[in-house]
Amino acid sequence: MKFFVDQLVLGLTNGAIYALIALGYTLVYGIIELINFAHGDVFTVGGIIGLTLIGIFRLEHLSPALLVPAVILLFAATMTITGFLGVAIERLAYRPLRNAPRLAPLITAVGVSFVLEGILFMVKGANQISYPNLLPSGKIGGGAFEIGITNLIIIIIALVLMVGLHQFIQRTRIGRAMRATAQDRDAARLMGIDINRTIAITFFIGSALAAAGGIIFGFYYQSIVFDQGFEAGLFAFTAAVFGGIGNVIGASLGGFVIGLILTFVAGYWSGGLQWASVVVFSILILTLVFRPTGLLGMRVAER
Amino acid sequence: MTVVSTAVLELEGIDVFYGRVQALRGVSLHVDQGEIVTLIGANGAGKTTTLRAISGLTPAAAGRVLLRGEEITRVPAETIVARGVGHAPEGRRIFSRMTVLENLDLGAFIRKDGARRQDMDRVFTLFPRLKERQRQVAGTLSGGEQQMLAIGRALMSRPKVLLLDEPSLGLAPILVETIFQVIREVNAEGTTVLLIEQNALKALSVAHRGYVLETGRIVKEGTARQLLDSPDVQKAYLGV
Ligand SMILES: Nc1ncnc2c1ncn2[C@@H]1O[C@H](COP(=O)(O)OP(=O)(O)OP(=O)(O)O)[C@@H](O)[C@H]1O
Ligand SMILES: [Mg+2]
Repeated sequence: MKFFVDQLVLGLTNGAIYALIALGYTLVYGIIELINFAHGDVFTVGGIIGLTLIGIFRLEHLSPALLVPAVILLFAATMTITGFLGVAIERLAYRPLRNAPRLAPLITAVGVSFVLEGILFMVKGANQISYPNLLPSGKIGGGAFEIGITNLIIIIIALVLMVGLHQFIQRTRIGRAMRATAQDRDAARLMGIDINRTIAITFFIGSALAAAGGIIFGFYYQSIVFDQGFEAGLFAFTAAVFGGIGNVIGASLGGFVIGLILTFVAGYWSGGLQWASVVVFSILILTLVFRPTGLLGMRVAER
Repeated sequence: MTVVSTAVLELEGIDVFYGRVQALRGVSLHVDQGEIVTLIGANGAGKTTTLRAISGLTPAAAGRVLLRGEEITRVPAETIVARGVGHAPEGRRIFSRMTVLENLDLGAFIRKDGARRQDMDRVFTLFPRLKERQRQVAGTLSGGEQQMLAIGRALMSRPKVLLLDEPSLGLAPILVETIFQVIREVNAEGTTVLLIEQNALKALSVAHRGYVLETGRIVKEGTARQLLDSPDVQKAYLGV
């Protein structure tokens, strides 16, 4: 029982990270139908930016009383900086190809991924870098239901960001503009919506969420490496497809499902970890074959 | 004839291209304050393209588009609505995954004043059916209801000029009547209308003036009466 609960908590923790990355895939795909292959690397860059800020402001040595505001500021600053990186990528690499055949931006995205990994490699090298966990590390609960506080906080942070994003998209003017742009770009322009600005905002939000995932990943695994975004990105992309690409709730759900599946496979099957990619890609293929619209894909037919 | 200064909308010799295909060749027309003007022509004549050139979706390569004397030829599409042009485009183009209310709200996207509620009520008065369906997802509306929504959405910006692209296409005769009745009402309240129709007879019955477009050129213009009486128009568009 204890083992099961541990796996469940770990799965949800991993799932929170995948979900935060998956949201960026789904938002960007929803609005410009681009699979942003560079997104996994934006996640890594976010983690590194967070690490750099922790270093600059010596957050590791902060008195516990200041820790809560410090961590909140760390997330805010890292998400903002990474958000602007996403905006820059869109502006420089994707916008010029907006009206090109679909393959062109797709290949460009793969190129951007290589560029980001190359830069990370040059700056940080090929080794694992250690990452401090600023979150409290004790346990709460008891018996089989003893849960790591770090896990709990991570899951809560992810849920807060997801709910916040959902509310933002459903309730705000900008969110409405994002949905309109995703559905019909010309019609959105006729409503007075600035498409370029809306797409830029979408990249900002997606990248900021990935950055939050990057910090969380660093906190939890206490290490970071330049090419971790490749695998994490593919897993998160699968989560987005599984949940129904373009669908925000679907991506959140998909992230948790993928996290749970991976964790249980690794936990209950010795050597299962090596099969992680096989499992995830099987899910991807099965989804694409049997339910290409994903779990919560668009159900309203276009007339 | 010199173009009168009361023109709300004026096109001066516009050329429009899709890639290398030229869709409009030197199209000139004007729509005066308070008028309903119709643009008739066969499939592919360039009617939709004319509206797209006005609202900036497909900007003219040559010539000028003037709105109340101000040039808007190359003004980006997203700023046109703020200048008082409402466009209910070909194929309705409603946001099918949003509710009727959300669609109407988007019609008022640029407006920051508090009169949105009032305008929505006006749309609901014009189209009571939309009021009944306000919480329904737009993609599940019938074709006629979708057309009402497209027009209602365009009205939500309180346009000075309303561009309508084949609003009666595919609708049952009774709904066509409703739509044309609304066009008259909206016009009577002071909105200038540029109307595209395949149904030339219907269009000329509601319009003050009209233009005939053939393969990208204006080949004829006149009052609705003149066009209705013209043997060419009768033969080509009225099936007489
Ligand atoms: N996106 C496009 N790319 C290339 N050519 C186009 C495009 N849109 C329209 N055209 C061409 O431009 C010409 C005018 O098209 P337009 O849609 O304006 O005609 P229309 O008068 O509105 O026709 P319909 O009555 O069928 O709606 C046509 O020859 C059409 O094939
Ligand atoms: Mg047309």
